[in-house]
Amino acid sequence: MGQNPISEEEFDAALSLRHGAENQKILKRARVAVFGLGGLGSHTAFFLARMGIGSLHLIDFDRVELINLNRQQYLLSHVGQYKTEALAAQLWEINPYLNLSLDTVRVTPENAPALAANSDVICEAFDAPEEKAMLVNAVWESAPEKRIIASSGMAGFESGNTVITRKISSHFYLCGDGVSEGHRGNGLTAARVAICAGQQALMAARLILGREEP
Amino acid sequence: MITVNGSPAEGAGRLLLDFLRENGYDPARIAVERNGAILSRSRFGETWLDEGDALEIVQFVGGG
Repeated sequence: MGQNPISEEEFDAALSLRHGAENQKILKRARVAVFGLGGLGSHTAFFLARMGIGSLHLIDFDRVELINLNRQQYLLSHVGQYKTEALAAQLWEINPYLNLSLDTVRVTPENAPALAANSDVICEAFDAPEEKAMLVNAVWESAPEKRIIASSGMAGFESGNTVITRKISSHFYLCGDGVSEGHRGNGLTAARVAICAGQQALMAARLILGREEP
Repeated sequence: MITVNGSPAEGAGRLLLDFLRENGYDPARIAVERNGAILSRSRFGETWLDEGDALEIVQFVGGG
């Protein structure tokens, strides 16, 4: 992080001015995990950091590639870097007092419970449907009290108005249109995946602030 | 009768795992809630569906 000429109090004051002091106090205490830092998770993490969430846990095994730049929150200078590290460097440019935990690992049913353990809200932002389901089920097995915001269906140039948040149950929310699968020739597009990330990050902030309806 | 994602379905008396397979669900790509409570994957093979059960089955599609 290095020396910051701006104090933590000044950062808090700037955020409080926008979000309200009471809200900001609650958001700063919150801990959110983002599983997967691709098109969805990289944007979700950016939004969470800008909203003043105090602690983020970022999890991804992969490195930034040129083919990611059409939709993911990385720049040409990040190509080749681990996504965890490339994202952390940017988030600390937004707020150097943000607490970040980085895990550059592939998530499995075995390590998922420990990776989720320290966060209040879990954002699932994986690419493969099997990994999405694996994470939700692994967290349910180990910590059913955790609140999970998962994602499904955000590819292509379809309308952004269908990318919504649904409350499946008190601890399980789903963002996306539910059907638009990403594949070659109909991949994720920057704006539409960012709409989904906005839904996901906003729902996380709302839950932290005690607002449980999407 | 049971309901699946709000629609009526035949399934009472069936094992959940059998019901899922017979209805085209891939157990590796879904998350299931039964009567508002989460039902993790390890219990699919030991959960019997009762008359009136309400299932919410989330089928994940790729992309994220």
